[in-house]
Amino acid sequence: MEAVLKWLSDSQQIIYIVILMIFVGIEVIGRVPSVLHTPLMSGANAIHGVVIIGAIIVMGKAESDNYVALILGFLAVILGTLNVVGGFVVTDRMLEMFKSKKK
Amino acid sequence: MEFSILTLCYLIGSVTFIIGLKMLSNPATARRGNLIAAVGMTIAIIGTIFLYRDEDSGEKLHNYLWIFGGLIIGGIIGTLAAKKVKMTAMPEMVSLFNGMGGACAALISIIEFGHYAHAGFKNSIQEAYEAGDQIDDAVLSLGVQTGVLITIFAGLIIGSVSFAGSMIAWGKLNGKIKDFAFKGQHIVNQVILVTILALSTYIIYRIKISVGSTDDAPEVPLNITGISLLFYGVLALSLLYGVLFVMPIGGADMPVVISLLNSFTGVAAACGGFLYDNKVMLTGGILVGAAGTLLTILMCKAMNRSLLNVLIGSFGGGNKPAG
Repeated sequence: MEAVLKWLSDSQQIIYIVILMIFVGIEVIGRVPSVLHTPLMSGANAIHGVVIIGAIIVMGKAESDNYVALILGFLAVILGTLNVVGGFVVTDRMLEMFKSKKK
Repeated sequence: MEFSILTLCYLIGSVTFIIGLKMLSNPATARRGNLIAAVGMTIAIIGTIFLYRDEDSGEKLHNYLWIFGGLIIGGIIGTLAAKKVKMTAMPEMVSLFNGMGGACAALISIIEFGHYAHAGFKNSIQEAYEAGDQIDDAVLSLGVQTGVLITIFAGLIIGSVSFAGSMIAWGKLNGKIKDFAFKGQHIVNQVILVTILALSTYIIYRIKISVGSTDDAPEVPLNITGISLLFYGVLALSLLYGVLFVMPIGGADMPVVISLLNSFTGVAAACGGFLYDNKVMLTGGILVGAAGTLLTILMCKAMNRSLLNVLIGSFGGGNKPAG
């Protein structure tokens, strides 16, 4: 019990962020028309590519003689970049098609 | 000073993600919203590369060659793949990229675990202090925090489930993988899931009692190789779970599943945010996790079905998935 309370007070900032972000996430896309479902999914997909920042940090901290960490980190950076770049470009292409169709 | 500029970069990143997502849910502004989120992401990434400092040692990142190599290779492949893909093949491309994100999150967990395993699950703090006339070096050794381990495991499990699931979804959408279900599969799935959780809890507990966070905790010798093997066991089981989870679901329901896996990856990214106390990863990840879950439900509603129905629809036999 004490440990739980201590954890709560130690990480309260993060807990607040998590709770607020859950509501923001739900609120922000609450009234999306169904035609936009797929582009929105794709856009959200690109946004969770922020995980690349973790990959960059892990890569940048690895010792230069630890080849396992270097190779795995390198792979992580490539995959993360694929997620970000590919995600945004694909979303853009989808929305481009969307616009020309409407006109 | 530099570090506070980085904080500003992350703040900009978080705000652009929210605005971007908001604009994406309106046809008139969707394209601009996507662009805004992309700009925010670029700022956050560039800020991290040049301004990040380790909290304990204050060291800058190194291995720039590797980082930029990875960014360039990933950027080129990503752009080409996204530009070349046919319009009809868009959803499978999203699934593929989503899987990459999941794999990225899982890899981060693997590397971090390897790091801690190498150090015997202890954080060493070296301190020089003056006693009398002499200067002494003291190494303070603390057990790794349980919260950190839990985060590593959560990132690993969610990331690899998302990766494996997305790969299967991708294969299904381009027709390479057929639907596949056997009797009692949902029981098998649940058994695997429980095993994953039990194994992770065991590993965390085992490390906890061995390194102990207090001084008077009994020291139980820890077999690091054994623990690492178990860790890879969790990885393998999570991948298997991801495969079995998506396998029986019909091809027409794939967009819903991809959206669900998308929100999984969001949560996995948020785990990275916990791990590095990185606010932009945290906000971005949770944002996508929440929005993705709601989007999944909305997509189900648009098809007049419930999420549960989509996920277990193929098991009943009589209730064939649409399409």
